Amino acid sequence: MKRSILWRAMLVGLLTVLGVFLLVPSVTTYVPASLKEKIGKINLGLDLQGGIFLRLQVELDKAVENTISRYSDDAKTSLREKGIPVLSVRRVHGASYQIVIPPGEFIERARTALEQRFGNLEIEVGEIREDMATLILSMRDSEVSFIKNNAVKQAVETIRNRIDQFGVREPQIVSEGEERIVVQLPGIKEKQRAVDIVGKTALLEFKLVDSEHSLDDALSGSVPENSQILYQKSVDRNSGVVSKNAILLFRRTLLTGDHIKTARVSFDNRTGAPYVSLSFDSIGAKIFDRVTGENVKRRLAIVLDDTVYSAPVIQERISGGEAQITGSFTTDEASDLALVLRAGSLPAPVTIIQNVSIGPSLGRDSIDKGVRASIIGLILVVVFMVVYYRLSGLIANLALFLNLIYLLAVMAVLEATLTLPGIAGIILTIGMAVDANVLIFERIREELRLEKTVRASIDAGYDKALFTIIDSHITTLITAAVLFQFGTGPIKGFAVTLSLGVLINLFTSLVCTKVIFDYVNFKQPMKTLSI
Amino acid sequence: MEIIKDTNIDFMRAKKISFSISAFLAVAGIVTLALIFTGRGNLGVDFAGGTSVQVKFEKPFKVDTLRKALGDAGFVDANIQDFVAQNVALIKVGLKSGKGEMVADAISDVVRSTFQDNGFEVQAATEIGPAIGAKLRRDALIAVVISTIGIILYIAWRFEFKFGVAAAIATFHDVLAVLFIMTILGREVNLLLVTALLTLAGYSLTDTVVVFDRIRENLRGRKGKTFSEITNRSINDVLKRSIITSLTTFIAVMSILVLGGEVIRDFALALAMGVIIGTYSSVFLASPLVVIWRGDKITQVRK
Repeated sequence: MKRSILWRAMLVGLLTVLGVFLLVPSVTTYVPASLKEKIGKINLGLDLQGGIFLRLQVELDKAVENTISRYSDDAKTSLREKGIPVLSVRRVHGASYQIVIPPGEFIERARTALEQRFGNLEIEVGEIREDMATLILSMRDSEVSFIKNNAVKQAVETIRNRIDQFGVREPQIVSEGEERIVVQLPGIKEKQRAVDIVGKTALLEFKLVDSEHSLDDALSGSVPENSQILYQKSVDRNSGVVSKNAILLFRRTLLTGDHIKTARVSFDNRTGAPYVSLSFDSIGAKIFDRVTGENVKRRLAIVLDDTVYSAPVIQERISGGEAQITGSFTTDEASDLALVLRAGSLPAPVTIIQNVSIGPSLGRDSIDKGVRASIIGLILVVVFMVVYYRLSGLIANLALFLNLIYLLAVMAVLEATLTLPGIAGIILTIGMAVDANVLIFERIREELRLEKTVRASIDAGYDKALFTIIDSHITTLITAAVLFQFGTGPIKGFAVTLSLGVLINLFTSLVCTKVIFDYVNFKQPMKTLSI
Repeated sequence: MEIIKDTNIDFMRAKKISFSISAFLAVAGIVTLALIFTGRGNLGVDFAGGTSVQVKFEKPFKVDTLRKALGDAGFVDANIQDFVAQNVALIKVGLKSGKGEMVADAISDVVRSTFQDNGFEVQAATEIGPAIGAKLRRDALIAVVISTIGIILYIAWRFEFKFGVAAAIATFHDVLAVLFIMTILGREVNLLLVTALLTLAGYSLTDTVVVFDRIRENLRGRKGKTFSEITNRSINDVLKRSIITSLTTFIAVMSILVLGGEVIRDFALALAMGVIIGTYSSVFLASPLVVIWRGDKITQVRK
């Protein structure tokens, strides 16, 4: 008996010391960073500190489409290099392309060439007619799903990179399900800028302007097969009027932003206007050197996310790998553009499907009120317990207090996020903790009324209440678990605090209070019980 | 201290009245639910999609001026809730008013140009696309269904099937009743309300389980009595606990309701009603249901 009490008391004591220790980084800033790193701390949800919440949908089909279209460009080039004429190339559906070549000996040669070049694609011979044959290039399902998975991962990575450079403390960027990304930026106020930085695809491409064909013809519907119409936007700084100019470009991309080494803001010496200057890595510089050398006197368009920024005439071969993007930028716009170019492009476009911003004052207001309300609620309950159950109520309150310490400590270790509903969850936990004690105490009173000894009554009270407490906690746990699985944001926070609270409560109400009763009883068997 | 002495109230006799009240609440709740699903309920932006902007002014403002200005700017369906005491306006527009992105910015521009001599601050802005609204609605429904199944299974395993179903009915009744009352009070149905409903479901279940536990125990101890007498005795046995627990929970919830601020006021209100209705249903609904269904024969319930 004595030993069992000692063990339990030591366990409770040890856990309490551990709990208090784990809470230190959450309540004070005077802790070495290394310790903070190891223990972790409770994060405040956006509803409590203000900030921006974005939920993005990654357009995965577009990522697959982009990849297969790159393959088909490659295929066309490599067939032509082998002397096989390509009549046309077009997409059949999502992940497959049709290449039309002349029939006869070309079929087998083309097939072998493609199989050598693209081990990862399925190559089939389709329809063969007198004047043409088709080859179908399609991506395997496994590769399609790999690209999709990877696109989300890559997008998360890229966004994280951008946010790091933008300088947000403790951002949260996580994928959700198979195609969504949730971005939480605590403390950020400039919503529009944050949305731009997170959501911009930032696909930078260099393409030649098509001056061989007529722009007017193209605009009236007959766009040449290898060309496309894009627009150049310009904003009049004074009037704010946006004007759009159509430009006919060759589809083929000569160089992409993948080869950018650095991007930064510079200012024009004469006008003081900001622009973005780029420098390419060695491969990019080589390509840029060749492209500009081959196309002197032609116009090279700089295209970002299908919008033309500028289309200067190439005056001479540009070696050294430097380029500029000019446009009517503000300094912020230019530096944000430089930032997204440095951080790289998203593998697929994203759309913002949920956008929540909470001002810092509301957050502060909420936390002040929420915390105050919880403390007052707690005090009222504590006072009630002492009035109603006297000394036993005091013991119950001690358990309540331990419950709070353990709960907060576990939250700190898990680096859980405290939200407003989370605070409500804590209050409900308090309710459950009180309920467990009420169940036990009412049972003890019943046993005492049957004129059993104090010790027997306490033991019987705990025994009889045990299963009721377990049943009621498990049903609450079921609800909390489901909420955790299907809830989002603040609701998840609520589910976390509630389920942790319920689990911890089983321990505090059944073990912590019992060990105190047992200890008092052990010192000197009680004749009466203050209950 | 003891608030109530031992009681011996005949709860079973109140069946007729309590069943009528509960039937009314449940039917009203189902009607409310049907209205919500056909899109005629007061759905929050989370579920319906759209934009909501909470603006805090420095000085008092006129709601009519705001409404007119928003209407002129093309937000014809704008719904404005004003918290006069705090100079706060909550502006909501549906998806139809979404002319592209950044509706929230457009709205705050309207506010800025309308109240030029009254400074303001955007406290919160939420924009939710149609896809996510539908997803959240579906998730909420799935959450309710799965937790109900989980709870029925657990109670059926711990007691017996009839107890499980009775507990589920009582729980559903509570959720529906609170949903109905919240709608009558003009509160909107949003994610936070769904959370509150699920929480009170958990709470009301706890209450029911405590009574059922006592019934099971008394079945073992008291032979030669009818099942309805045993049930009645059991409710009386746990009545003190029910009242005290409800009281303490109610105290805690009331303190959030009164002091917790705008954001969780509805949440606390729903919980406060849940505490009352949950306690009522475990006494007057769940146990009588089992008595009617099971009949008065005494058979052992699983241990």
